[in-house]
Formats: sequence, structure tokens, C-alpha cells
Amino acid sequence: MADIAFLLLVFFLVTTTVDTELGLMRLLPFGEDSGVVHERNVLEVLVNADNELLVEDQKITIEELRQLAKTFIQNAEDRADLPLRVEKDIPLLGPIMVSKQVISLQNHGRTSYKTYVAVQNELAAAYHELRDDLSKRYFNQSYDALVSSKAKAKVAAIRAVYPQRISEAEPYTQ
Amino acid sequence: MFQKKYSRSEKEPQENATSSLPDIVFMLLFFFMVATVMKENEPLVKISPPEASESKKLEDRSLVRHIFIGPPQNRVLGDQPRLQLNDAFASINDVRPYIEEQRPQMPEVLQEKMIVSLKVDQATQMQMVTDVKQELKKASARKINYASTPGNDRP
Repeated sequence: MADIAFLLLVFFLVTTTVDTELGLMRLLPFGEDSGVVHERNVLEVLVNADNELLVEDQKITIEELRQLAKTFIQNAEDRADLPLRVEKDIPLLGPIMVSKQVISLQNHGRTSYKTYVAVQNELAAAYHELRDDLSKRYFNQSYDALVSSKAKAKVAAIRAVYPQRISEAEPYTQ
Repeated sequence: MFQKKYSRSEKEPQENATSSLPDIVFMLLFFFMVATVMKENEPLVKISPPEASESKKLEDRSLVRHIFIGPPQNRVLGDQPRLQLNDAFASINDVRPYIEEQRPQMPEVLQEKMIVSLKVDQATQMQMVTDVKQELKKASARKINYASTPGNDRP
């Protein structure tokens, strides 16, 4: 009898799922614009009322966004139209080039939430992949492994090189 | 006195049989497990969250407050997206009082860490979400979460 009870107990324990909250965390900006940002440092991403994606006034597909964002954030070739890079001395990594990138995401009132989140997701993925590459290069570990092993100093160092700056601009109306 | 008398007069064992006690305990346990209903927000709106492969888990649920946006469950109320706070429909003007009412219920040190999770149906237009975001900004609740499912479209 006790065996059956234990079996039942284990069964319930396994099947019951506490629904975990999943999502994309974002920090809303303060009310007014803080400071002026140089145009070359900003990647303007716009989702219009027909759920089309425009990056710097060029129409692209959502699949292209991730690579484009990665190129922009890194500016590995030091192009003049991409963000300015400055050398920073970051603990654990040493001197490293850090770009002053900001991604500005703007949407229309009739943009669908699904598309908006898909775009947010692609931008987050771009940062994530860059961080992952850097983590593998310096620490021989994936970024996720660093985060889950609570190596806070290493995670902070990687975040300092690629800080996630997604600014949610005021929507436009036309 | 009593015991002496008892043991003398009867030949049966002195202790009660305890072999069925675990069964009783387990039965009680199951009864409570089945009967307990956790307090949950009764959803009045239908929400199918959008997919996002970068979805992260929210670590501390005590910091999270919810705002629901989606078409009403009850079809009599039409299919336009509505806002739900707590257990009732609300208007955009109720967002700020809601946040200001929720905040004092948290310990002071954690109040700044409040996360507002936006549970929005994927078919909703951004206008409504933007309005809510503006209200949250005014209520200085700046940490938000776009609730989503991990999905499995891309690696």
C-alpha cells in the first residue's frame, strides 16, 4: 500500500508543473531623452504599420536583422558609418575595443505585438551571440554556462564589452 | 491502576496496531494535494504569447506583477483587446493607480525591483501596449517583461 502511495506521490510530483514565467526583460527609458547620441552610433530599427522592417530606411527581412545588428554592434572593420570604438581596459579581459552602440527600436501603433516581440528577440539574439563568441574566446565556455555557474565577474566583463542597449523610442503616428 | 487492571484482565497486545498509519497519512496528503487550489489570477482575456527564442526565466516571482492584454474570453464582449488588472477589466487610466497600490505591498528594499510582466496576446496591436508602457513610465515602473514562450523555430 505504501509503495502504491509513493508511486502516486512521485507521479504527481513529476506531472505537476509550476508554470514558470518566461519573457524578454527590458528597462524602459526615463521620460525625456537623456543626452544627444551621434548618428553613427545609433542603429534605427523601425517596424511600420504593415509589420515591415526598416533598418536605417532600408527594407529588410526579419531573418537579416540578426546579422546586421551583429555587424553594427561590433564594427569589427572600424567603418566610419558604424559606431565609434574606443579602447577600454576591462578587468579579466584586458584592453579591448568597445563600441558605443545604441539600437533604437521604433514602432507604429498598428504594428502587431507578435512582430514587435520577434524583432526584440532578434536584437537580443544578436547580443547573445556576440557575448557567446567573446566568452568562448576568453574563457573557453559558453556565455550561458558562465551565467548558470554564477561566475559574476566574468559575466560582468562580457556584458561590459557588449552592453545591451535597446532603446524603445516613442512610436510614430502617421 | 487502570493499566494494571487492563493488562491483567486482557491478553491482547497493549499497543494499537500502527501498520495502517502511513496509509492514513498518505490518504490525507493526497486529499489535501487534490483539494488545494492555488490562488491564481482568473484570466478574463485570451492570451497566446508570442514566440521568442531568447526568453529568460524570471527568477523571483514575488517581484512580478501582471498586466494582461488580449481579446475577452467571453465572446459577448467582442473581440477587441481589453486590459485586465488583478481579476477585473480595467482602462488605461487604472494602470498607474494599480502600480501605486501594488508597490506598498512589497518590502521597501524590493520596491525598486518590481517587475511588471506584460502578458499580451500576439495579435494585439502595439498602440495599446505603448499606452500601457507610457503609463508605467509615469508610475516609474521601468522594469518590464514581455511574456513569451521559447518556441522551437530556430536553434
